[in-house]
Amino acid sequence: MIAIIDYGVGNLFSLRSSFAMIGAETVVTGDPEIIRGAERIVLPGVGAFGDAAEKLREAGLAAVIKERAAAGTPLLGICLGMQLLFDRSYEFGEFEGLGLIPGEIRPIADRIPAGLKIPHIGWNALHMTAAPSPILKDLSDGDCVYFVHSFSAVSCDPYVSATTGYGAELTAAVRRGNVYGCQFHPEKSGKIGLKILRAFCDTEVSALC
Amino acid sequence: MITKRIIPCLDVKNGRVVKGVNFQGLNDVSSPVSLARYYSDVGADELVFYDITASAEGRALFTDILREVASTIFIPLTVGGGINTVDDFDRVLKCGADKVSVNSGAIRDPDLIGRAAEKYGSQCVVLSADIKRVDGSFHVFAKGGREDTGMEAIEWIRSGVERGAGEIVVNSMDTDGVRKGFDLPLLQAVCDAVSVPVIASGGAGSIEDFVTLFNTLPGVDAGLAASVFHYGDIPIPVLKAELKKNHIPVREVE
Repeated sequence: MIAIIDYGVGNLFSLRSSFAMIGAETVVTGDPEIIRGAERIVLPGVGAFGDAAEKLREAGLAAVIKERAAAGTPLLGICLGMQLLFDRSYEFGEFEGLGLIPGEIRPIADRIPAGLKIPHIGWNALHMTAAPSPILKDLSDGDCVYFVHSFSAVSCDPYVSATTGYGAELTAAVRRGNVYGCQFHPEKSGKIGLKILRAFCDTEVSALC
Repeated sequence: MITKRIIPCLDVKNGRVVKGVNFQGLNDVSSPVSLARYYSDVGADELVFYDITASAEGRALFTDILREVASTIFIPLTVGGGINTVDDFDRVLKCGADKVSVNSGAIRDPDLIGRAAEKYGSQCVVLSADIKRVDGSFHVFAKGGREDTGMEAIEWIRSGVERGAGEIVVNSMDTDGVRKGFDLPLLQAVCDAVSVPVIASGGAGSIEDFVTLFNTLPGVDAGLAASVFHYGDIPIPVLKAELKKNHIPVREVE
């Protein structure tokens, strides 16, 4: 059973449907006990980092996510959910994240040439790095996925498994042991996205390293 | 490099896809669910569903169809038509829409854009404008192109972006249904005025029209069309291969 964490941030219809499409059983829940018992955990999210981080903490979910990640449960953060895995974000202030992957979230605008549109929205190609991730194992370099974001993860090079080019190489996918993150939306990335979710369902319990 | 998006638009009435020529004479084309699946398979980058139903029964039918589409097709879905309140946003987002397009609803109540952007984020709010030249200037039309609001279009779009619209669909009524190419002067004016993604609509008749669009106006992010896709005049895989040959970045599918 995969627990999709529901903490009042974003629309979970497509995520639930895409797991159903590949035959994976999910439960959308904000109940710490159900999350604690899940084989895998997905942390979705859209919106502002500070607000989402506070909601996770208030609901007692931040502690559960950290506990399960430390215990080796495969965890996948998507979009804002990926950003929350990092130490901190500078989106409208400075906010603390879950600290599961070293690094921080900064505005894309600081890194790319003026004139490029913000948010970075649309289909863009993945460039695999030298640190491949099991969830990307069925993809080829150059496969396109769907992005919608204005902030991206930086200072996290050892954990970056794919980047995407938008005036600069932006962090697209990360991995630290059993903790995975996608800045893009696999549930909106057609067949390529389903391959990523299927591969996540095949990941094994392993320790954070 | 971000790819240029190719977007088929499905006008839905009473559960079926229709497409008007110059907004008149609607023809039944196909089932929305099978058409959506087909488009996803051949490489459409996004789909727009436009609900042109007036009745409450039709509305319910539309959300059933939307839910069915969103359960099986995993590319971005934009929904428009009859969006007048934040509750309307809620209704379609719950059924799997990713973005919601406002047109007449925003003309009646411009603050709707801001309220929706605050609740769901700008990336969710698409401002769609039907635009026609009147006495040498661009006017915004309401109610599916039936009513001249008298508003200057570029200023309307600029104010919509200020209020929080995250994307603009520019539908030229002058070129719509004529199939002689997109309205490049209008699109140029919109691209110069705003920094959010711009989707060109109205006038696509050939593959060359898309090549011209993206080569002439690098600020345009996507091309939207209906009948040329529905009737098979422009097969999307052929269109994308041709764009690629012309050095325009596109997403290729297996």
